[in-house]
Amino acid sequence: MATERQSRALGRLFIYGSLGALAIFYLMPLWVMIVTSLKSLDEIYAGSFIGLPKVVTFEAWAKAWGTACIGTRCEGLRPYFINSISMVIPAVILSSGIGAINGYVLTKWRFKGSNVVFGMLLFGCFLPFQAVLLPMAQVLGWLGLSGSVAGLIMVHTVYGIAFTTLFFRNYFITIPDELTKAAQIDGAGFFRIFFSIMLPAALPIIVVSCIWQFTQIWNDFLFGVSFTAGEGTPITVALNNIVNVTMGRKQYNVDMASAMIAAIPTLVVYVVAGRYFVRGLTAGAVKG
Amino acid sequence: MATLEIDRVKKSYGQMDVLKEVNISVGDGDFLVLLGPSGCGKSTLLNMIAGLEDITSGEIRIAGEAVNDRSPKDRDIAMVFQSYALYPTMTVRQNIEFGMKIRGVPAEERARHTKIAADMLQMAHLLDRRPSQLSGGQRQRVAMGRAIVREPKLFLFDEPLSNLDAKLRVDMRTEIKRLHQRLGTTIVYVTHDQIEAMTLATRIAVMKDGIVQHFGPPQEVYDRPANTYVARFVGSPAMNIIPATLHVGADGRAEAAVSLPSGEARIAGIPLSAATLKGYHGQKVLLGIRPEHFSLSTTGLDTHIDVVEPTGPDTLAVFSMGGTEVIARLEPFAAAAGDRLRLAVKEEKVVLFDAATEARLD
Ligand SMILES: Nc1ncnc2c1ncn2[C@@H]1O[C@H](COP(=O)(O)OP(=O)(O)O)[C@@H](O)[C@H]1O
Ligand SMILES: [Mg+2]
Repeated sequence: MATERQSRALGRLFIYGSLGALAIFYLMPLWVMIVTSLKSLDEIYAGSFIGLPKVVTFEAWAKAWGTACIGTRCEGLRPYFINSISMVIPAVILSSGIGAINGYVLTKWRFKGSNVVFGMLLFGCFLPFQAVLLPMAQVLGWLGLSGSVAGLIMVHTVYGIAFTTLFFRNYFITIPDELTKAAQIDGAGFFRIFFSIMLPAALPIIVVSCIWQFTQIWNDFLFGVSFTAGEGTPITVALNNIVNVTMGRKQYNVDMASAMIAAIPTLVVYVVAGRYFVRGLTAGAVKG
Repeated sequence: MATLEIDRVKKSYGQMDVLKEVNISVGDGDFLVLLGPSGCGKSTLLNMIAGLEDITSGEIRIAGEAVNDRSPKDRDIAMVFQSYALYPTMTVRQNIEFGMKIRGVPAEERARHTKIAADMLQMAHLLDRRPSQLSGGQRQRVAMGRAIVREPKLFLFDEPLSNLDAKLRVDMRTEIKRLHQRLGTTIVYVTHDQIEAMTLATRIAVMKDGIVQHFGPPQEVYDRPANTYVARFVGSPAMNIIPATLHVGADGRAEAAVSLPSGEARIAGIPLSAATLKGYHGQKVLLGIRPEHFSLSTTGLDTHIDVVEPTGPDTLAVFSMGGTEVIARLEPFAAAAGDRLRLAVKEEKVVLFDAATEARLD
């Protein structure tokens, strides 16, 4: 008995021990980023990377946000942060909205060939970014959207539809068809059923779709660097440009602060809505 | 309230014919039950009446008017589904009022209708709950309430009780019957449960493979089934179907010869028209005998009882006759396994079927 309890305690210790070690290992870079961003440049060059700052200063953060030079423009990340926000919000809403309608049609208003359409949409999930770069550049040119935030919104919306459709289709397929039939008999039409019955029941998957799209679009670098330039770039591209400036001493504290500014929105979204994300991924639809 | 006519209605999905020319016609206030095994096309037919499925050919008329081209909301019908189909994010009250809201019924009138339905179904205390907070029986009530407030010409029920446990099913069955008596609205009710069909219907349509096998009042379906399929589907235990040879008896009436382990026996006085009897003299036929139409009698058939199954109110005695297993429903303790019993047959209740087509002979 005693040995059994002992060996169980030992197992526990091993599990928590390795979990703790891995967590520390995983959080190390974040730690380095935080402490470095709070140090002055002199302190960084004088001492170690890992230690706590002797004097805490938010200078680097202020500079990264408002005065750091990117190209010839010395306004910090702020304008690019705004670019990213004005790109990500419409793109998330559009791609999730279209995905929701697609999923609704593909499950509740099936038509001849709807499975083929779904299959082709699925194929879109496996298309690598690189494959669409050139055709997309061409299309943006034709539409006169090259180099603009509007163009990026369109690119992300189109690319995201495959994923959002998959999310919503797989969710709506678990909602009994009888629900739509009952609503039809009650006199509800296509959009009434969608907005009054399907969407309210789809809250978990709406959250999943929005978080997924937000993370993808906010973190995107390739589309941003390919389709925009100068003042129109999203924050990921601007961050790259800040870090790659090679005049004078390398400003590690500003680089770290910039990287964290660029990462904060996705972190916030996940912390606020993360619970629903996990729940939504595992949940089936509410049974009537 | 309305009549319903289903006139030469067919349904195909691509190459597959799901319904092959269905003809059914019921009067105002009738309770029509579509009875048949899973996959025979009952729900398809109901959905076609509701307007949820297209009609491939033929015509459906409600209150004398063809409704083929009308959308569900314009057919003046209400439907209750097997899965209840309550809107999950709405309260019971919102569920019931949803349809009225769409039709633009003013708020006070909606509230009045909801109250009447809630009182009728004893669910006034549930109005502010969500479907997920209700039991199966309560959900079924709500689904019925949602149908009632529509005040439709026609109620459609698709296996409304199959998700409930046995006890609740019987209670809700009574509830539906009471509802029908009270409102007098014509009802079409789909089920695979023959007891539900017998207890509720004023008209039963027994279906198989998209064909109506027998359409008539429940007692007729039970007493004079149109073929052996209907005979076996309705009644529990099912009607015994026994191979026999038909003869013209000494009195000129039909007489069947059946083999028993103890030798050949004759059942005389079976009702059959003279013309049919003439054609079938000396031919193989099938006898249809309900288990309750056997009884103890000193002059009856000589049977060897194999198995006895007491059910409480009666005892089911199993024996061999005409080369098949036959069940007789007898009094408790009337038989024991291994007994030799003499059993008489109520000959006027015997039904005859053609041996090849298995259709009833009249
Ligand atoms: N949308 C459809 N496409 C193809 N076949 C269908 C469709 N709906 C039903 N069926 C077929 O029609 C037959 C009857 O189905 P249904 O009316 O649901 O039977 P029941 O309600 O009697 O169990 C089944 O064989 C089923 O597979
Ligand atoms: Mg069915």
